[in-house]
Order: sequence, then structure tokens, then C-alpha cells
Amino acid sequence: MSFGAFSNREMTLGQKLLQLNWMLIILLAVVCSIGFAMLYSAANGNWEPWAVRQMVRFSGALVLMLVIAMVDVRFWMRWSYAIYLVALALLVVVEVAGDIGMGAQRWIDFGIIQIQPSEIMKVALILALARYFHGVGHEETGRPMMVLMPVLMIAAPALLVLKQPDLGTAGMLIMAGTALLFLAGVRLWKFLLVGGIGLACFPIAWGMLREYQRQRVLTFLNPENDPLGAGYHIMQSQIALGSGGLFGKGFLQGTQSHLQFLPEKQTDFIFTMLAEEFGMVGASGLIGLYVLIVIYGFAIALRARSQFARLLGLGLTVNFFLYFCINIAMVTGLMPVVGIPLPLISYGGTAMLTLMMSFGLLMGVYIHRDLRIGRGGLDED
Amino acid sequence: MLKDRDQERQRVFTRRALLLGGAQLGMVGALLGRLYYLQVVEADRYTVLAEDNRINIRLLPPPRGEIVDRFGVPLAINEKNYRVVVVREQARDVPATLERLGRLIDLPEREMRRVLREMKRKRAFVPITVRENLTWEDVSRVEVNAPDLPGVAIEVGLSRFYPYGETLAHVLGYVAAVSESELTGDPLLELPDFRIGKNGVERVYDEYLRGKAGTSQVEVNALGRVIRELSRDEGTPGRRIEITIDTELQRFAMERLGAESAAAVILDVHNGDVLALASTPGFDPNAFNRGLTPKEWEELISNERGPLNNKAISGQYAPGSTFKMVVALAALEAGVITPKQRVFCPGHMELGDTRFHCWKKGGHGHMDMHDGLKHSCDVYFYEIAKRLGIDRVAAMAERLGLGKVLGFDLPGERGGIIPSRAWKQGRMGKSWHQGETLIAGIGQGYVLTTPLQLAVMTARLVNGGIAVNPHLIRRQPGDGLGVPGANLVPELGFPSMGISAEHLRIVREGMSAVMNEPGGTAYRARIAEAGMEMGGKTGTAQVRRISMAERLAGVKKNEDLPWKYRDHALFVGYAPVDQPRYCCAIIVEHGGGGSAVAAPIARDLLIETQKRDPMRGRPIAGLPRQEG
Repeated sequence: MSFGAFSNREMTLGQKLLQLNWMLIILLAVVCSIGFAMLYSAANGNWEPWAVRQMVRFSGALVLMLVIAMVDVRFWMRWSYAIYLVALALLVVVEVAGDIGMGAQRWIDFGIIQIQPSEIMKVALILALARYFHGVGHEETGRPMMVLMPVLMIAAPALLVLKQPDLGTAGMLIMAGTALLFLAGVRLWKFLLVGGIGLACFPIAWGMLREYQRQRVLTFLNPENDPLGAGYHIMQSQIALGSGGLFGKGFLQGTQSHLQFLPEKQTDFIFTMLAEEFGMVGASGLIGLYVLIVIYGFAIALRARSQFARLLGLGLTVNFFLYFCINIAMVTGLMPVVGIPLPLISYGGTAMLTLMMSFGLLMGVYIHRDLRIGRGGLDED
Repeated sequence: MLKDRDQERQRVFTRRALLLGGAQLGMVGALLGRLYYLQVVEADRYTVLAEDNRINIRLLPPPRGEIVDRFGVPLAINEKNYRVVVVREQARDVPATLERLGRLIDLPEREMRRVLREMKRKRAFVPITVRENLTWEDVSRVEVNAPDLPGVAIEVGLSRFYPYGETLAHVLGYVAAVSESELTGDPLLELPDFRIGKNGVERVYDEYLRGKAGTSQVEVNALGRVIRELSRDEGTPGRRIEITIDTELQRFAMERLGAESAAAVILDVHNGDVLALASTPGFDPNAFNRGLTPKEWEELISNERGPLNNKAISGQYAPGSTFKMVVALAALEAGVITPKQRVFCPGHMELGDTRFHCWKKGGHGHMDMHDGLKHSCDVYFYEIAKRLGIDRVAAMAERLGLGKVLGFDLPGERGGIIPSRAWKQGRMGKSWHQGETLIAGIGQGYVLTTPLQLAVMTARLVNGGIAVNPHLIRRQPGDGLGVPGANLVPELGFPSMGISAEHLRIVREGMSAVMNEPGGTAYRARIAEAGMEMGGKTGTAQVRRISMAERLAGVKKNEDLPWKYRDHALFVGYAPVDQPRYCCAIIVEHGGGGSAVAAPIARDLLIETQKRDPMRGRPIAGLPRQEG
């Protein structure tokens, strides 16, 4: 770790721009470009209706990312609870008044834009937990009462999202939150305890699931059982993947995707189409790019001087990892279909926006890596 | 101190971050392992599944084989059937399009509603048939207005057409939509427009006429829409079948039978060619292809004259006096009487306390065989039948082709009944009475024959004793047209029945006398043209039993009875009388007397048959000239 000259001094905008992690930006752009190509293919070789819009969104999100990267992490730390509370409030609003989209209450319509509070919550929860553990000393994390608060902070949004019902996002919130607790130093036996309790609560959670979610879980366990109903998506996805083989059928040549056997090929199942057209080589290549991005995230988090920045950086990285890991596990039949898009590639605005925002935060962490921040969120002396 | 504490936190963080990274690496490993499993290990299996998804095989129905007559005249052909279809996704506003279409062609409101209903159930790209069987004018009206009719198209299909309609309905049969019970697993049969032979030649030779389906491999998407054709195999069209019928003669026969409920069979006595096989009333076979309305069907099956029934092969009638040649021949062969031996006919014959009447009140006097046949004297035949016993009569009847199915090429052939002691014992569990022998001796009682059997009997009597069998299909050697149970190829030749030529000559002379000697029962129906003269035998089959009381009160005239109770008129004949070439059998249900009703029909048919013979007057190679 370098003890740089400007450890706690304010940096100028120029200095910050110089600090931008250009390799990461290029990586993101490459992954997004793969996404454009796949959306072009999903529309049978047309830029409309998906690829062009996705490009416009990416351009906007890229600018937003750079702006966020310039913002001092202390600002985010100061506002982290507030952001969390606003996100929580939006989740309540969506519960009360949200429009029904995709069979579940997920969206709030603001007229011009529709937002998905659960996506915002993914970032907000990480911010709030990072803020919380920043203020808790190493020895204090050993106290049970100290762990109760963050568990509640995770549980509240997770339950609200589960009620929407959005099993995938709730799972991601819980997993990302748990990862942060783990990174903050919470004793391992406590995870085991909570895990045990969680398993004990499984029947209750099963009861909270809607019929179609239960069906999905059951279908996941045995897709051949229901080849024309709920198992159809999983079966067709696996056929597409398997028939792609090692080198794939070639760009625009995927029969499963282009003949519409593959469902939602521009959103949740876009990885399947990629793997069908470019084979295992292409699919592994994309996973490699994702892993590179994750490694960047780890490197950034490990270099940060403050606990907040570390936790924020790695929390966002874990969140990103969960995104692609769950999506790929889902389309390859390792997990039930829970509706998590492939990050940066699937067609969709909110996910693209929140992901780029979180990469903005991650870069902010990098730019402000040498800042030392006191426990109360103030500068250290 | 603060720094120490933070360093401790950082240490824990770093350690745990690496643990977490390790776990993530494990998960990525699992994903890659899964991809390897799906895309390398199981790749072949999934490739097959993907191909199954994508490729669909469509059947191309083969054109059905034509049926032609002995001169090559087409009898069953495939006509282009123009139908107008509408595709919803191209038509946009379907009701408006149908409205416009309705101004060009006849399109009832009911049909429009059906189209709209059907459209809701099918996918947007599936063409829905609006109307079939368009006339050429309809087609051109629709084509000319094509720009105003988006989504409307004319499609061409093949449908079976029988140009002679009723004339050959019973012979050719008809085709109709495949019914549930006829599905054999052959996917061709499951095509919605496919037609299968339901009767007649169409049914018996369906396999040959049908041909082999072609296939078209098409790529389809998940909704079943065809994206493109990958390969195509045209299949094999159905085979052409030539039948022995002479269509003009058949038409003549149908017209001559007219409105009667009747049947006529004309055979070539030497080779068994069926030149005409008429059964009236007929029906329109084309109606079956188009689909009958319930009302039309009801009319067909409730008609007491049985238009759907092919009476020539499945109508069973008491042969009446046409059976007398069988008894005469049996008697000669058995030696129970000589041709010149006489039997006295007083008008009746007593057996026990039962009196058997001759048709002629007052009797015929002394009769030898020649006169017995000529006058159709019942007492003469009572006597020789009594001498023979029923079993010897039955044996001769069977040698002449009666009492069993002949194995003809059409479905629905019946066998008739030739009674014997064993038959009665087996059928009724009762022993035979001698009185029944007498009744059987004049072709009444239990005896039942079909017109086809009577024609075969006549052929065998006059062709020199050859056991000829009838057939309808003209076969070439090696054409593979074999149907189980059907008769063998004629060129193999028919075996001789082994009956004395002299005895056959005597019987044939009796049949000639019936027609050509004054006093013969059918003398009035003789053919006067030289070289075309015919021989024959009349028959009248009683439908009801005449009681003694009625006989005493005076038998009612046939014309005074309700149609159902009138006698059947029968006739068998052949021509030319000196060198028989053709024979015929006629039955007119409830027509009255054989000599008055059936004989004139036979005369007309045999004249026409001989006139139409392209080889008339030339000797037939290999046939011995027979004494007339």
C-alpha cells in the first residue's frame, strides 16, 4: 500500500480523472459491446429494437458512471443511511402502489421513467452495511448485538422484495449482505447459526412463495417432468447450449434462438444464445471477462485505506459476481429460473443503470483509495 | 492505537476477501464444468434434440391413380380443385376482406362466420379455406381483384371426379375422408384433405391407386411457421388401373334398367371379363367426395330400392326357373333320365299329401328335356329333381359357380345359398324333406343366388365347360396387381369342369329353344338379326308364399299386388347362339314375370354387346367351334 502524498488532501478534478481506472472502463465497454452484438442477433440481425436502445442507455450510463466516480466516497458515506432509507421507502411504495409487471409488483412508474426499487436497494444495502461496519471496531463485531442491526438491515428489504415476489433479487440481497458481514469480520459460527435458523425457517419461506415460484423450483428439480409447461424454458435453454458445442453455430446462426424455441433470448436467456452461437469457447471467454472485472474489483477493494471503501468496493464486486453467476447457473440448469439478467448484456435499463452506477462507485473507491476516514465518517486527524 | 485497530480490521478483511475470492473461483469452476458437460460431453444428444425441434417433415399427398375402362376411357380422374383461402396476418381486417370477397363470389353469411370462428382457433399465418370448388369464373374474378383483397389467395388441390357419375358408382365406388377406424398409423391418412377409397374398385385397389407420399423437409420455428424448405421428395403417383368394363355398354345397361330396382351383369364367357355390372338405382359418387349432407345420407339409406347396394354382387335372389339348367345337367350327368325320356305334366305333382303345381294350369302334357326347358315345365323338373335328390343338385350347382363367393374384385360380394342335406342339418338342425327337393328343383325355397353367380353359371354352361371366373381388373403379367382372394390372372387359363360336352350341348339347345322356337317362354324376346341370335332362360322368383285358399280363390295378378310383394323377374342368356361369346344375367326386383320383363332387357343388352364388339364376326383363335 502506498502512503501517497495526498493522503487526506482534497484532489482536483483533473487529478481524479487521471486516476480513473481506464482498463476497467475498457473491460466494461468490451462486455457491453458483446451485449450489443447479441441483441443485434436476438433481433435476427437488426439493430432495432434492442441493440440501438441498449447502446443509448450505455452511453448515458457511462457518463453517469464517470460523474459518480468523481464524487468523494465520504459523500456517499455521509448519505448512505439516507439512501438506504429512501430505497426502503420506495420498496414499501412499490408494495402498496406499484404497477404489476411480469406478474409481480416490481416497478414504480414515474411517467417518464419506470424504476425498480429493488435494483436501487442492491446498491443502497451495500452502502448502508459498509457505513455500519466502518463504525464498528474489530472487537465490537464480536458482540451479538452488533450483528443484529445489520441482519435487520438485510432482512427488511429482502422480505419486502420476496413479497413482490422476486425470489432472485431477494436472494441476491441476502447473499451480498451476508458476504459483507463475513468481510467485516463477523464470527463464522454465527453464519452457521443463522444458516441453521434459515434452514429451519425454510417451510415458512416456502409458504410465502407464490404458486408459480414454487412451480419453478419444482420444475428446476426435474425439468423433463413438464416439457411443455414450466420446464420448457429450461429444456430449450439446455438444448440450445448443448447443441452449440465447443465452437458454436456461428453468429446469427443459432437455430434455437432464431426459431424462437428459446424464450426471452434478449433478456434472461441471452447467455444461452451466446453459448449457442459461439459455443463453449465463447461462453468461457465471456465468463473470463467477467472474472477479470471481478479481479479488478478485488484489487481496488484491497487497496482502499478505509473500511468503508473496502467494504463498499468488495460489496459491489460481490454483487456483480452474484449477478452473472446466478444468471449463468440459472440458464445452464444449475439453479431454478429466478429472473436475474446477465449483467451489462441483457436488454434492460434499470439493471444497466444501477450496474454502471455501482462501477462508478467502485472507481470512486479507487480514486479515493488513500483517504482515511474516521469512525464517525469524519476525516481522521 | 487507532491505526492498530484498523490494521487488524484490514487483516481480517484481506483474509476473508481472499476466502471469498476462493469461493467465487469455485463457483466459476462449477459454471465452466457445467458448460463443459452440456457443450462437450452431451453436445451430440442436444444437437439431435435441436434438429428435432427445428426440422419438420411434411407429407406431399401423391396424385391418386386414374381408373380407365377397357378402351382407355377415363372413369375416375383427379380434377384441379380451386379454393380460395385467407391468411389472417396478411389480410389485416378480415371481416372487411370477406365482405369484399362476398361481392365477387357466392359466400353465405353462415360461411363467413365459420371462417372467422376457425380463424380465432388457428395461428395468424395459417391459411383458412373460405370456399372450395370454385368455378373458373370465380377464380378469375378473385384474381382480377387481387389488389383489393390482401391476404386472399387461390390454392389448387386435386380432388377425385367421376365423369360418368351414377353409371359406374357401384363398380368404381367412391373416395371420402378417412374415418377414425381406418387410421393405420400411415401419416398420409392423417392429412386433413386426404381421401381414401370407400367402396368398389377405389376401395379394393386403394393401395395401388394411392401411391407413395412424397416428403418435404421444412425448417419451422417454435410456433410451427415454416421458415424454408430444406429438401423435397416428390413421392410416387398412384398407379393407373384398367377395368374390364365397357363404359358405353354399362351406360346402356343402366339406362335400360331405368328406374327399376334391378341388376344386370354381362360377361365374356371365355375369359371372365365383366363388360357391364349394372345396379339400379344408382347414386352420385361425386357427392361422397364433397361430403354428403345428413339429409342426402338419410335419403340414400332409407330408400327402399337400396341405391347404395350393389345388387349385381350382393343382392341374393331365388333363381327361379333359371336354375333348371343346373337340375337338367345334373340329371344327365347322373343318368337319372335320358334326353328323350318323357315326363307327363298334368299341371301338378303329388308328393305324399302335398300337391306341387306347375306354373301352367292344366299342365304341359308329355315333356322331354328339350321341351321341359323350352316351356319351363315345373313338373318335369320336380320329377328329375326327385330322382336326383338334393345333394346331387347341390353338387352340380356348386360346380357351376353357385352357392359360394366367387372371389370377385369388389367388396360386398355375397355367396348365396345352395341347400343340401348337410346344409339344412347344420343350419337348422332339421332333416331334409323330399318336398324341399322339388321346390329347389325349380329354383325356389332355400336357393339363393346373386346376378353375378347366375351370369357365371350361364358362362360355364355355354363356353364348353370351362370353369370361368369373373374379374373386373385387366392385369398385365408382372404388374403386381394381386389382391388376396381375387381371381388369378386369366391367361393362366381356367380348368375344365369335366362335364360331358354332349350333355352341355343338350342343355344349351334347350336354352336356344326357349328363345328361338315358337312356344318357347321367351320367343317373343328373340333376336331376329342373323348371326346375333341368343339363347336363354326366363325365371320368375316368388317373393311370397301362395296359400291354397288363395290358389282356390284365384291367384292375384302380379300387378294388383303392392310393389314389395310382386315377383322378381329373372333372365339369363347368351349370344351368339351358335358360338357363344357373351352372356348376361338380369334381375328386376318385383318386376313380374321373367319372360315379360327381364327377357326384353336381356335381348337389348346382348344386341348392344355384340354390336359393340370390335372383333365381331371374326373367329376367336384357339376356341373350338361349337355346335349351336
